[in-house]
Amino acid sequence: MSTPAPPIVEVVELGKTYETGVEALRGVNIAFPRAQLTTLLGPSGCGKTTLLKIIAGLLRADSGEVRVLGKRVDGPGPERAFVFQDFALLPWANVLRNVAFGLELRGVARGEREEIARARIAEVGLAGFEASYPKELSGGMRQRVGLARAFAVDADIILMDEPFSSVDEQTRRKFQEDLLGLLAHKQKTVIFVTHSIEEAVYVSDQIVLLSPRPGRVSRIVRTGIEHDRGPDEIRRDRRYLDAVDEIWQVLRAYVT
Amino acid sequence: MSSRTRTIPSVFSLAIWFLVWELVGRSGASSIVPPLSAVVAAGADVVRTEKFATAATISLRSFALGMGFALLVGIPIGIIMGRVKAAARILGTWVNVFVSAPISALVPILMAVIGIGETTVVVTVFLFAVFVIVLDTQVGIARADRSLVEMARSFGATRSQLYGKVLLLSAMPEILAGVRLGAIRGVKGVVIGQLLVSIIGVGELFELYSQHFLMEEFWALVIIVFLFAFAVSEAIAGLERRVEYYAAAR
Repeated sequence: MSTPAPPIVEVVELGKTYETGVEALRGVNIAFPRAQLTTLLGPSGCGKTTLLKIIAGLLRADSGEVRVLGKRVDGPGPERAFVFQDFALLPWANVLRNVAFGLELRGVARGEREEIARARIAEVGLAGFEASYPKELSGGMRQRVGLARAFAVDADIILMDEPFSSVDEQTRRKFQEDLLGLLAHKQKTVIFVTHSIEEAVYVSDQIVLLSPRPGRVSRIVRTGIEHDRGPDEIRRDRRYLDAVDEIWQVLRAYVT
Repeated sequence: MSSRTRTIPSVFSLAIWFLVWELVGRSGASSIVPPLSAVVAAGADVVRTEKFATAATISLRSFALGMGFALLVGIPIGIIMGRVKAAARILGTWVNVFVSAPISALVPILMAVIGIGETTVVVTVFLFAVFVIVLDTQVGIARADRSLVEMARSFGATRSQLYGKVLLLSAMPEILAGVRLGAIRGVKGVVIGQLLVSIIGVGELFELYSQHFLMEEFWALVIIVFLFAFAVSEAIAGLERRVEYYAAAR
């Protein structure tokens, strides 16, 4: 069993109510250990994407705070990079420019940022597609571009909002395996939003279950599964199956 | 391929029209309609005259200035209206009134206020073009992909980067459509402005030809103005097609 590392991101007593009057989050407390992958899991309407966007600094909380490395944050910062559900690629820019876009915004010189981008593109398995445009790529490939863009800015914290929900099941599985492979060599802290129990258990060190309306932490599950093992081995592991079962027992109460 | 299959029938229909025109002209049924061949011949003479060169220069200058101001004013106002709801509410009604209003009716007032000269024509072009540019820019900015905006913010985009690298490019298809419609209206603005002012540019020539009943020259000038408007519109449409190729994935 891996013990929790000291938290790099902390969410403290976070609350958020939308302008429409819907209370999305109430009194949420979560510690995100460094270099581990934490999943926010829950049924739709539990505020998990809202929580992720608050951590990213894209939305403001109404109460409570987000701390990164002990410091309160109120907006986006270079230590956090976001991977979007709908990829959010610039349709007029090719893969190379899209991957380098975060660096471009930071004013990194063209030669330097393109060199970094090429390395990240190769890393996610898209070498040879540097000059392609997003519309020429499949959904899975587009999300690899989104992932490469997040890696390119070299943020310690990667925030992923249902990154695989827009791709088909086969691509999704392959992508999950590749993601674990990519993360194995990096000391990245990943906060991952999904509504898939299997996906959560497969990729995570820690799973935060959220209850719906308002979103609150209902349970935190740590599987203790080592992710350096093969995908089939993980999926047959007793702890994997038990965790899936345990989570379903909690979540089924929220499904009407 | 599709452009080719569309070109053949349209050329064909033009040919029929030209033939009808030629026949009607030769029959002498109407003194207002000279044969097309005579018009073309007159056109060849007209473009070589110094009067035409002067008129064309003045007209092009008025058009360019009016369009330039329309772009400089229209695009920023459209952007503000696309981003700020209050601005859209306050300005939206006016823009919508003026975009559909017959601006020609205002030209006499402009003449009274600004005087009878090139400035009036420039202002006329501006008024003809600016409102449609504002409207289309507003639509483009308002429709810009919200997740692209979030993406840029999450990677630390400054406000000017957000506009320059994301919003404007994202809105480019709509902005160009507005510029094309604005340019077409701008050509109308030049002609109508100059006709009403009637002592400068192409308007002066139109006035001259019709008063002296030089119908061949008159029609030649009409065709030249038509061709100019068509060429401007096609040039911008070409740009639009290139932009839409990249924006198609939105």
